[in-house]
Amino acid sequence: MRSLRKPAAVTIAAAAALALAACGSSGGSTPSSSNGKVTLTWWTNATAGQLKTVWQQAAVAFHTAHPNVTIQVEPLQNEAFTTKVPPALASSNPPDIYQQWGGGQEATQIPSGKVADLSKLSSGWIGQVGSAAQAWQVNGKQYGVPYDLHTVGFWYRKDLFAKAGITTPPATLAALESDDAKLKAAHIVPIAVGSKDKWPDAFWWEYFALRECPTATLKAAMKSVNLSASCFMQAGDQLKTFMATKPFQGGFLGTPSQVGAGSSAGMVANGKAAMELQGDWDPGVMAPLTSDKKLNSTLGWFPFPAISGGAGSPTTTLGGGDGFSCTTPAAEPACAQFLQYIDSTPVQKKVVAANVGLPANPAAASALSLPALKQVLAYNHAAPYVQTYFDIAFPTSVGQALDAAIATYFAGQGSPQSIITAVNQAKSQ
Amino acid sequence: MAVAGDKDVGVPQAGTSPAPPSPVAGRLSRVGRLPGPGAGSRRSRPRLRRRLELVVLLAPALALFVGFVLLPIVLAAWDGMHRWTGFGSLGPFAGLYNYRLVLSDPVFRESFVHNLIIVVASILIQLPLGLGVALLLNRRIRGRAFLRTLAFAPFVLPYATTAVMWLLLLQPGGFVDQSLKAVGLGGLVQLWLANLHLVLYTMIAVLTWQFFGFAMILMLAGLQGIPGELREAAALDGASGWQATRRITLPLLGPTIRIWLFLSVVGSLQVFDQVWIMTGGGPANASSTMVTYLVQHGFQSYEFGYGSAVAVIIFLICFIFALLYQRFVLRRDTRGALTRAVG
Repeated sequence: MRSLRKPAAVTIAAAAALALAACGSSGGSTPSSSNGKVTLTWWTNATAGQLKTVWQQAAVAFHTAHPNVTIQVEPLQNEAFTTKVPPALASSNPPDIYQQWGGGQEATQIPSGKVADLSKLSSGWIGQVGSAAQAWQVNGKQYGVPYDLHTVGFWYRKDLFAKAGITTPPATLAALESDDAKLKAAHIVPIAVGSKDKWPDAFWWEYFALRECPTATLKAAMKSVNLSASCFMQAGDQLKTFMATKPFQGGFLGTPSQVGAGSSAGMVANGKAAMELQGDWDPGVMAPLTSDKKLNSTLGWFPFPAISGGAGSPTTTLGGGDGFSCTTPAAEPACAQFLQYIDSTPVQKKVVAANVGLPANPAAASALSLPALKQVLAYNHAAPYVQTYFDIAFPTSVGQALDAAIATYFAGQGSPQSIITAVNQAKSQ
Repeated sequence: MAVAGDKDVGVPQAGTSPAPPSPVAGRLSRVGRLPGPGAGSRRSRPRLRRRLELVVLLAPALALFVGFVLLPIVLAAWDGMHRWTGFGSLGPFAGLYNYRLVLSDPVFRESFVHNLIIVVASILIQLPLGLGVALLLNRRIRGRAFLRTLAFAPFVLPYATTAVMWLLLLQPGGFVDQSLKAVGLGGLVQLWLANLHLVLYTMIAVLTWQFFGFAMILMLAGLQGIPGELREAAALDGASGWQATRRITLPLLGPTIRIWLFLSVVGSLQVFDQVWIMTGGGPANASSTMVTYLVQHGFQSYEFGYGSAVAVIIFLICFIFALLYQRFVLRRDTRGALTRAVG
């Protein structure tokens, strides 16, 4: 039993959000540069923890160095960006700087006409980010700038591997399968996966695709939003064969990835599973889920193994990152200057110390506390190609449809073809 | 209302007498509302004043209703006719394309069927349960107030709290599994939230836990309104307890049951919070409802045109049900209040 007017309530909420965004004073004010002074509103997803402090310090320090520019930090819940950014960009006063994950989601926002092209303003320094900066480009134009980078790979427990008699992490899929068997023989759940959230399932399918598809095919598929190349079918088949070996925990379809000790991260953190395929942020997620103080020294990392016969490069990585975009009224140098400041080595070191990801500026790598993370960063930098998570690289609607189709496939329904069909359908809608 | 006026005319018995209201008293009280004795203006001024009253009293509510209920619905219907990502101006006009797409999507149909299953299960489980507990707790038994509070407590919990609580209880190897094992029913342990064939019924169990207290409290309120004399008289005539319940209590509880049914069906069609938090509609859409579908395809996918179409369809389903129910079922209960002008 719920209140009588839910559909109306949803509409009202949406309408109210639009109305509030349209006339709310919390949105960014158009920077008034009449007397040379500008105030920039900055929407970040750091609502708590160290990163929030880092951003506040950065805003203050930037103001000290540039007295004419005041930066007003407005932290928002991560999930709120999905619902708040569209109406904000449709309004007349969007935030001047806001969280940006790049890829197709960024591309979806460009037609609003509010997202600033930073190509010229960032050309002098964006090179330090490396090829990963491409994920924030749309049609070759730099509409966003990353402040950290992410890489997906296996986080594993060295103690459980040793218990099962595994000396070196698997380098091939065949080795991974035989290691799974060894772990099972030692009564250890080999791999935890948080299928309830869907996107962890997508990591699996996408990595199989990365190993099966040549880089050129991947790039073409991202550009044309089309998965008709046969290697994507093979990825589904390979995944099915792998899943038939039952490598995951029981009831994985209902397991969340990050919330609670029963989540996939919690299982690895508490020694209930030996490994999981997750982003570099995983140790930070695991830490609060266990009382084990030695967790960091127990954890090791290895990349997704090679698949024999796969046409893809065994060192291509799946990843992404976090960044910021500026809106058009703020496109004047102030915003770009601020983003440059955020990517400067001193700020980057603080970002890294906050344990949110790998630095966008490699010069800050020395600040990485966990040795395994240095390994991750080195792997990421050596990668010939960093493929952005498909659900971010594609337009949002297509990415969501892909995640849903892969999750359904994990539940034993659908086929390798149904994943590809879902993408084509979502694209044509 | 207009109590002061009544007193001016001096009809003390009109307000206090339990006798059937005499036409005189009625007229007097109406006359009594007149501000002054001026005979000529007696007819026109009250009418004018009443209209003014109506405008002044209704306008704010009407404005809110139009601005925040009707207008958004119309706007949503209009948005639903466009391929709109939520950015910039409305995308190209697509007519009923989105609506057709929603209705032909097997996942939406599946979600609709899930809602229907929840509707039927709510009625079949919560009604007898709520009614039974209400009949029990309507008697004079020790700890009655405590038991009532206990049965009603789940309904007072925020939906999100309920969902998180049951999510933890239903974890594999969690409290529910451990309890079953402890009493020797370990064989019944299931993957409550991960089994495609079971997850919807797990959700129904959670919804029943949360909402049967609401059925109970409504039934209790209904039972309070049934005069005890009726049952006493029946008992004197030799009716058994069951007969009295069956022939007297239940029929008199009819209006309450019908209103509960209405609230329950509309609520079941709109289930969202518990499902969203506990399963996200998964695995593989096995527990999806129309509203989880709406959030997934509207907000999460940035397809605001399509999402609006889903919202409008859900609204229409609920609205049509509400109209039909009002027309054919609730009509008797609301007659006089809604179908006849009062005053």
